[in-house]
Order: sequence, then structure tokens, then C-alpha cells
Amino acid sequence: MYAYDEIDRTLVNERVSEFRDQVKRRLSGELTEDEFKILRLQNGVYLQLHAYMFRVAIPYGTLASNQLRALAHVARKYDRGYGHFTTRQNIQFNWIKLAELPDALADLAEVGIHAMQTSGNNMRNVTSDQWAGVAPGEIEDPRIWSELIRQHTTLHPEFSFLPRKFKIAITASDHDRAAIKIHDIGLKLIKNEKGETGFEVLVGGGLGRTPFIGKTIKHFVHGRDILSYIEAILRVYNQYGRRDNIYKARIKILVHELGIEKFSREVEDEWQHIRNSSLQIDDEVIEDIRSRFTYPNYEKLPHMPDELRQAAADADFEAWRKNSVSPHKVQGYSIVTISLKPIGAPPGDATAEQMDALADLADKYSFGEIRVGHEQNLVLPHVAKRDLPALWKALDKLGLATPNVNLITDIIACPGLDYCSLANARSIPIAQELTRRFANHELANLIGRLHINISGCINACGHHHVGHIGILGVEKNGEEVYQITIGGRADEGAALGNLIGPGVKFDEVADVIEDVVEAYLALRERPEELFIDTVKRLGVEPFKERVYATR
Amino acid sequence: MPLVNGGKIVDDSFVKLAVDTPLPEAGDILVPAERFVGEAEALLKRAGKVGVIWPNNRDIDGLVPYLGKVATVALVFPTFRDGRAYSQARLLRERYNYRGDLRATGQILRDQFVFMLRAGFDSFEVKKQADAEAFMQTAKRYSVFYQPTGDGRITALHRRMQLRHSEGVGT
Repeated sequence: MYAYDEIDRTLVNERVSEFRDQVKRRLSGELTEDEFKILRLQNGVYLQLHAYMFRVAIPYGTLASNQLRALAHVARKYDRGYGHFTTRQNIQFNWIKLAELPDALADLAEVGIHAMQTSGNNMRNVTSDQWAGVAPGEIEDPRIWSELIRQHTTLHPEFSFLPRKFKIAITASDHDRAAIKIHDIGLKLIKNEKGETGFEVLVGGGLGRTPFIGKTIKHFVHGRDILSYIEAILRVYNQYGRRDNIYKARIKILVHELGIEKFSREVEDEWQHIRNSSLQIDDEVIEDIRSRFTYPNYEKLPHMPDELRQAAADADFEAWRKNSVSPHKVQGYSIVTISLKPIGAPPGDATAEQMDALADLADKYSFGEIRVGHEQNLVLPHVAKRDLPALWKALDKLGLATPNVNLITDIIACPGLDYCSLANARSIPIAQELTRRFANHELANLIGRLHINISGCINACGHHHVGHIGILGVEKNGEEVYQITIGGRADEGAALGNLIGPGVKFDEVADVIEDVVEAYLALRERPEELFIDTVKRLGVEPFKERVYATR
Repeated sequence: MPLVNGGKIVDDSFVKLAVDTPLPEAGDILVPAERFVGEAEALLKRAGKVGVIWPNNRDIDGLVPYLGKVATVALVFPTFRDGRAYSQARLLRERYNYRGDLRATGQILRDQFVFMLRAGFDSFEVKKQADAEAFMQTAKRYSVFYQPTGDGRITALHRRMQLRHSEGVGT
């Protein structure tokens, strides 16, 4: 856990009081809605279809139990008793009242949580691997660097009014759980031949109307230079990124229009001016940040405790364990993923009661720590293996032990037309119907790893381009129509999916997905060949033939 | 539109010239970049101060030869969501060591004051009277800064180092 010091707390409080003044000026009419819009967006407040929506940052997906309780408190006191975890390690509350927002922020500030830059054309929440610090084989804990970058990007005096939003993600593992290739800047922590820490830097990834996979702009930037290098990228973008058309304003378009070679030369020129400035980070500063991350005092525990051996006889426990429990870097411990995708419910939602109870379970079983992943699930990162059976029982009572992590019902979806004023089509009801169709655990298990991503409009908040199966809702002649792609992925092998045929109506989506899955089961070479690998081997055609033959 | 300088509302001695306004005989003038570059020699020879209004899509390099000669540089925020002039300001201050007056013009609200001060602005054409009056109060709104810029305010990272070292001396 990173502990805020007096300096960090002061800044958060100063931001709350500034926002309080802005709300007051809006309510008194001193600020027009046009003026206020930019200001509220800088602080995570959107105007949705029915009410204001409030987005709170969970930097690099790390939460302490008291912070999760504070989120539960906000859900209960200022909202309708639940929150929605997003694909960028944020939580959203959908029914906030403007006049109460400053108080909600003040309550969150008490536990070091804020909503700075969770929307607007600025540098957004810095995201990272939800298994950071506990994943076996990780180069080092990427949260040290995430925090350094979080601080540097917070209320930046030069880059708070960029052409468009700007997202940074960091991973330190070969298997990319942070989706760095679909970010404006993706950072992969690596060591050079001298054993020094640095980053492979990717730029220009992003989804939306014009999706791009990020390109490597520099193979190695030394850790001490990472802030100046990021600053150089941003300075080029701030000056030359397009501002004439919102759909062409992301850095991916600038990189595409200039070409990565020219863009990287511009950045290199700028960087040479500033790399030896006060932006250079010395080891002492990094150590100071590192020293404020605390790590659990792990016990020496056996690899296979009796409790786990005994519980293995319970088929339900085993079904959950196989999908939810992952290896930890310390023997005797596990990483536990908690599915927020119960059958028939909106993906990523948690009630205040669930959040409070999870905070208690984190205290009891996970050294008080919780993580949030971009798949809209939660994680208990340090669970002793001997505690797994007891934890499972407790989660099951809370409705949080659905054994579907990474299976077809572990769907990523945006809020869609049920909440969002940008949406053209509903997302949540599609997700709900699909979870019902594949509710049978044996069937889901037989299908194996398969990610479905759903977006209710071209802005792609549900990351449909990079779903193994992607579903995009659009509006055609006043009707919701869904385009279906297959073969996308968001990990280290990131790729954009391909359309399998004409769009289908709302009522037909689940049928088509069932047909796609049936085609896969018939086409796969052996049970271990994942859906995504079958698509890679065969391409779209055989799927298209089977799915559309009878339509 | 009130002008704030040195934290106070002051009279603006500069008259803004358009591209084709006849040149007044005396008095301080603010001239659009295009005209300034074309007539620089004549403009700088006359009595009265000369400042230049530099648009945010024009490369700042073209202004560098004149930095020692102008009385003020006015940068432009056509709307406050357009942040290009923050980069121009920092380049002028931090790369080209411009020490003269740097004026923010356009849609300037109190909510930008701290950012602008940090980027090196010292004069502000503020859109609303109430915001101009609230300048000093608003400028002091923040005491913690995470980024090093040319304004010399100490960053959080360095403050922590100082605290660490002073604690070290005590023990």
C-alpha cells in the first residue's frame, strides 16, 4: 500500500475546496454551464441521461480496506447504494446530486481518495497491473513508478488542457494485464543489459472511432528519465495535436498522421532539451516513494496446506478455485480474483454492503488490501492458501463467488444507453442475457477462456475492439443494431477484432453469440485450443459461414 | 476587461492594434504577431512601449529574436479549454529565458490562475470582474506542487527530501 503523507493530503484537500468554490459559483449562476462543464469534467463529474455521474480514481487499482469502506459510504449516503467499477480502475456513482458533491469529495479525501482528472482533456488516472507486487516473475513493482507518474501528472500546469484525454498504463510482467497497447502511452518496465530499470515506451494506442494498437517509440528509456520523456511526448502533443475535430484529437491520430518516425524525432528533439533538467529523478526520490509502499509480513507457509487438500473434495469450491485463484510470488499465498459478474447482473457493479463486507474480508484474509482490475473485477492480492476455503464460503454468502473469472460470462461492458448520454444502444441488457445463456458452469468451462466486450457506442468504453468477441451497439434508422467482431485481444499480443458479418438486432445478439461459440467448439483442434487461438488459426471466414449460413 | 498584474487590478496602458489600424503617434501598443514581424523595425523605433500578441498556433521560435526588445508578450487562450499557450509560456521562460512581462489573454477565468502563474505568466486579462478581484485569494489556493517548472516553487518530491534530511540532522 502507498501511504499518503501530509503533502499529498494537503493537495487533495486544496482541490476539494477549489471544487467547492466552483460548484458554489455554478449554483449561484456566476459560472455558465458551458464554463462549469470543463471544470466539473476536470473532477470526474459528467451529466448523464438521468443525473450527474461521479467518477472516482483508484490509482493503479490499489485500495486499502478503509478506502473501500469510504466508497461504500459514498454509495450509501450520496448515491443509490451501489457503485460501478470501470475498465480504467475507477469507480462510478450514477445518481449523485451536484450540491452534495463537494461533501462526497471531502469524505473521500479523508482516506486519500480523489476524483482529479478522471474525465476531461487531461492526463487521466494512471493504471497498472492489478497483480502488481504479487505476480510471480514480475521485474519490479510497477506501482512505484505509477505513483511517481501519478504525482507528476496531477494538476500539471502545462498539460491540464490537452487536445483530448490522455491515458497512461504501466506493466512490469510479460503477460500484460494492464492493456498498455491500447493506451496513449503504454509503459513496459524492463531491465537493460546493465541491469538498470527502465521502460519500453509505446505511444498512440487507443480505441474509439479510429482504433490503433500502440507503437514502440523508444525501446529503452532509463527510469531516471521517464518523467522528462513523458513530458516531451506531451509537449509535442499539446502543441501539434488536432483541436479542430474531437474525433481526430487523440495522440493516436497525430502519431498516425506524422508517422511514428517523424513523431519520435519531434519527441527526441524536445527531450534533448529537457532530459537533464530538474525532471531527472534521482535514486533518493525513487527510494522515498518506494519506502512509502508497505508490504505484508508474509508467514512461512506450506505450498499445500491441509485445509486446501480437504476442500478439494468439494466440487463447488474446486470450480471456484480453478478460475479465481492464481499463483502468488510467495509460497503458501494466492491471488484471488473476485468476480463482479454474477449471472444476470450488470458487469462491474458492487453494492455498499458488498464493499463493506469485502473490506472486512480483506482485513481478515488479505492484509487489508484490495485491487481493481480493468476487467471490472476485484482482487484480494495476498490470501494464505489455508484460508481459501473459509474465504470462498464468505464470498459465496455475499454473492461474490461466481466461478466465472476469464470465462464467457466474465463480460466487460460499458453502462450503455441505460445511463450514458453518449450511448446509441444498450450494453447491460445484452451482457445480462449472455450470462443467462451461458449460466451453466460446465458449459462455460468447456468453452474455456473467452472474453466478450460490449460497448454501447463507437467511443468504445467497453473495449469491444479488443474483446475475443466484441459487440458494438450502434443506431440505425432509430433501431439498436449490433456489430460483432472476433479475434481481438488486449494483452501483450494486442489485436483488433474483425467483423464477422452484417449487424444484428438487439433480440438476435445472444443467438448469434451462441452460434459463434458453437462454431468454435466444432472448429477447435482440441479442447485446449482457446477461442482466440482458433480464430487466429482459421481467420474469420469459417465462423462467418457457420453463423450466417442460416440467417 | 480588468487587467491583473503583480496580484492587483491595474490600468492597462497598452492599446491593441488590429492588422490595419493606423499607428498612433505615442502610447503603448500591443500588435498582432503578423504585423509585428513585418514592421518590427519601425514599431520599435517609435516612442512608447511595444508588445506583441502571439497566437497559440504560431511557432514561438519566430518570436525569439525580439524577446529583448518587446515590453510584453501576450499569449492567447481562445477558449480556456485550449491549452497550447501554456507550452509557449514555459518555453519562453524556461528555454529562451524571457524575463519581461508575459500576459494571458482570451477566456481567462480564476480557475486557470494557478496553472498560469506556474507556467510563467504575470499579467492576466481577466474576463470577469469578480475573478479579477479574487486573484490574490485564488493564487494562494494551492500550497503543494508536484511538477518542477520555471516559477521556482518547490516540488513535493523535493520538499520530502528536505524534510527527510532535516529529520536526519535532528536524530
